[in-house]
Amino acid sequence: MIAAAESKLNPENAAVTPANSDTSASESIERPPLTKKALVAEHPTWCPGCGDFAVLATYYKLIERRKVWHEKVATVAGIGCSSRFPYFVQAHGVHFIHGRALPFATGVSLSRPDLHVFVFGGDGDAFSIGGNHFTHTARKNVKLTYVVMDNQVYGLTKKQTSPTSPLGFKSKTDVWGAVDYPINPMKQAISAGATFVARTTHTNPGHVLEMMEAAMDHDGFSFIECLSECVEFYPGAFHDSNPRKGGRFNVVPAEHDVTDELAAYKLAGEPFPGHFGIFYQVKRPTKNALEAKVNQRLQSKVKGLSDLELMQQTFARLR
Amino acid sequence: MSVASTDAPAAKSAGAKSEVSDVVIRIAGNSQDGIQAMGAFLARLAGRSEQDVMTYMTIPSTISGGPSIFQVRIGTGEVVSSGDDADVLLAFYQHSYNEHIGALRKGGIVLYDSGHVTPNADWEQQYRHVAIPIAGLTVEAIGGTARDKGKNMYALGLVTKLFDLDVEKLRGLITEKFQAKDESVLSNAMDAFDSGYAYSLGHLLETFKFADSRRRGAKQVVMNGNEALAYGLVAAGVRFGAGYPITPWSDIMELLRRELPKYGGTFVQCEDEIASIAMALGASYAGRVAVTGSSGPGLSLKTEALGWGIMAEVPLVVVDVQRGGPSTGLPTNVEQSDLNIACFGGHGDSPRIVIAPANVEECFHMAIEAVNLARQYSVPVILLTDQAIATRIEAFPEPDLKSLVQDIAPDMSPVPEHKPYDLESPNGAARHRPPGTRILSGKYPIVTGLEHDEFGHPTASPALHAQMSAKRRRKLQVLSEALPVPPVYGGEDASVLLVGWGSTLGPIQEAVDRARAAGESVSAIHLRHLHPLPAGLGELFNRFPNIRVIEMNDEGVYGYGQLAGLLRARFCTVKIRGINKTDGLAFKVRDIVERIRGELADSLRKL
Repeated sequence: MIAAAESKLNPENAAVTPANSDTSASESIERPPLTKKALVAEHPTWCPGCGDFAVLATYYKLIERRKVWHEKVATVAGIGCSSRFPYFVQAHGVHFIHGRALPFATGVSLSRPDLHVFVFGGDGDAFSIGGNHFTHTARKNVKLTYVVMDNQVYGLTKKQTSPTSPLGFKSKTDVWGAVDYPINPMKQAISAGATFVARTTHTNPGHVLEMMEAAMDHDGFSFIECLSECVEFYPGAFHDSNPRKGGRFNVVPAEHDVTDELAAYKLAGEPFPGHFGIFYQVKRPTKNALEAKVNQRLQSKVKGLSDLELMQQTFARLR
Repeated sequence: MSVASTDAPAAKSAGAKSEVSDVVIRIAGNSQDGIQAMGAFLARLAGRSEQDVMTYMTIPSTISGGPSIFQVRIGTGEVVSSGDDADVLLAFYQHSYNEHIGALRKGGIVLYDSGHVTPNADWEQQYRHVAIPIAGLTVEAIGGTARDKGKNMYALGLVTKLFDLDVEKLRGLITEKFQAKDESVLSNAMDAFDSGYAYSLGHLLETFKFADSRRRGAKQVVMNGNEALAYGLVAAGVRFGAGYPITPWSDIMELLRRELPKYGGTFVQCEDEIASIAMALGASYAGRVAVTGSSGPGLSLKTEALGWGIMAEVPLVVVDVQRGGPSTGLPTNVEQSDLNIACFGGHGDSPRIVIAPANVEECFHMAIEAVNLARQYSVPVILLTDQAIATRIEAFPEPDLKSLVQDIAPDMSPVPEHKPYDLESPNGAARHRPPGTRILSGKYPIVTGLEHDEFGHPTASPALHAQMSAKRRRKLQVLSEALPVPPVYGGEDASVLLVGWGSTLGPIQEAVDRARAAGESVSAIHLRHLHPLPAGLGELFNRFPNIRVIEMNDEGVYGYGQLAGLLRARFCTVKIRGINKTDGLAFKVRDIVERIRGELADSLRKL
């Protein structure tokens, strides 16, 4: 593991300062602080009672609390119910194609260190069609926050088996019950090399906010699995984790060492409802910082040259 | 080989020196022998000597080794193709000799490694054989046990002697190439080169000397098409790229990975083709046109995301260096069979721009054009090249970088309100504001793949889908009107008009020259803008009774290839037919001339 100082070598490419440090003083006097009202966009198309509402409400609270101007946020999503998220918030938003939100967001994050990039999506987007991208974005430690609203079913297409559906789940594509062993998102994230891995659930909005704040502060790829009930196609899926429905909400034990990969993996393997909180968090240089370092090294050799002069120099060698 | 003075006899006695103006040298060996490096030295020398040059190579798709050739054509006038027949064959092995003697013109010179090649008695009657124990003499020159190392440099010395090339310039080039490496590498290369040059050819055959170049004074640069394309992108202001390794695109990716950081940009090698286009679209969305690229198989994978770029109207440059397909096909051969997927690949109606450079120089300039078209029309632009242009080296006048290098940094000044998909947009293009831009109305846009209204909100309104489809289509209609009709090569009217695109430019123009020299009325045009087509093309076609589209792709079920199909659909005329080939090799001039003569014997008007 590399020390924190290492990742702070490149202030330009480090995490965006949540306090709008680049906003001029006069502007902050003129601009009233952001309110929820300014953050709300279209009314969500989600079904009444959908778990995703809790995540959305938490997001408004998060942005209000962290005082990030909305033009400094980019929200990116793929395809699915939860991926409609960007339409419901006032921020520069992107509704991309199914499963590919992470590489798109990587393009934004790497070229625009001044933005905070959020990616929202579901379990199909993250672990089925976009599984490869999840692995590689995690291992590259791209600076962005990825919130997966896991409902363990394909909702937008009306109840097909998802990669996280438990064995025996009856769907339109497994009328007799799912036979394929499900993916464990936490294990997947830890083994792929994600540097921030947390688990929460929509029935505890305070906890969702706590995880989102910690994720936003993390300099690197921060992943949150948020259980989010699909009331239409998988009602009651997460009752065992909801005290109001007779379940148990266990936070990660105080003695858990978040830098211990094996302990985190073990925690992830516990039977439902398991634990909630930060399972794993380590500091490792982000791709953003490492690329900035490459640039600094190469640019130091051509210091003082304009783009044109640099190119003229290259062409002189090709004569 | 064109002998400059017409009265010079074809063959002279040993020791004499003839003046030549155009020479084709084919070097045949294995890919690990460094024959590409040897060819590149010759090409670079020609560039520095104000000569014109074009190379042609084949490489095996095996991991290491296998037969390979490198052909260099050097001329004191304009060289537009790599030449049908070689004047000199340099054969390192028996298989090189056996396979490539057929590429030598009758009476041509074959220099062969007598340690490896046993000449054929019949061929000895037809070609002038010169036996030199190349490998053995190389070992003698540089010592050591590295038997095969350095023989390319020895052979370079031989060729230098044969054509009286500029030794000092070559020594300079060798030094530039090897000086960064271990000292012994440079001294070995130089020793091998010097020994080759010192070998006395004089007693074996006459030597040659290039006539003075007609290009004197022009400052030239020498590079291959992939390099030219990559530098064009950098000049155009591209600072972000993403890609996945695939032949023959990888060189572009590798060069951008090395170069972009110097300009404050970056190139990301992604987990797959889909991630690469997604990432490039992300960077484009973030404010500055980005690039992704691949070859045919990768373009297939990218088409869904390409459709998003078209629907969301996010500018992007997608490079497709075509190779033989379908599927893995012929990874190291040339074909022009991705035109259909480039123009139409994808689901739904998805208008995009497709342009194709015809030579190495155009790779540079059209990369800049691709970036500018993408910005102007807020749409993905496919830059279609092929394996032949990608790998061949050409010398061309150094571009005026001062007027070409541009800054396309995003403008993020606050705006009162923002309507990205304005239906009244004069050229149909969306106007995006990059993230980071403050929108004073507080209404922020969503850039989306769903059909949307003018603000980017999703809509299922039938009327809006029709209006937005028309808006996206209008971009291509506006561009089509703005595109100039390409100039006619040959005469303004003729019995047959040849239509080409991409890397076939050279052989087509030489075919026109050859036909016209024989009194046959043949002309040609070359299309760089394939989708949309220039609006005035129909009137031009009306002037010619026969049109033949020359393409390196299959003639298809109905007897014409991909561009011919497009042109027939556009101009509704049966006089458009195809001349196609699918052997994975570039057109030879004679392929074209013979096909025209065969098919159009009755209608070929005499000049």
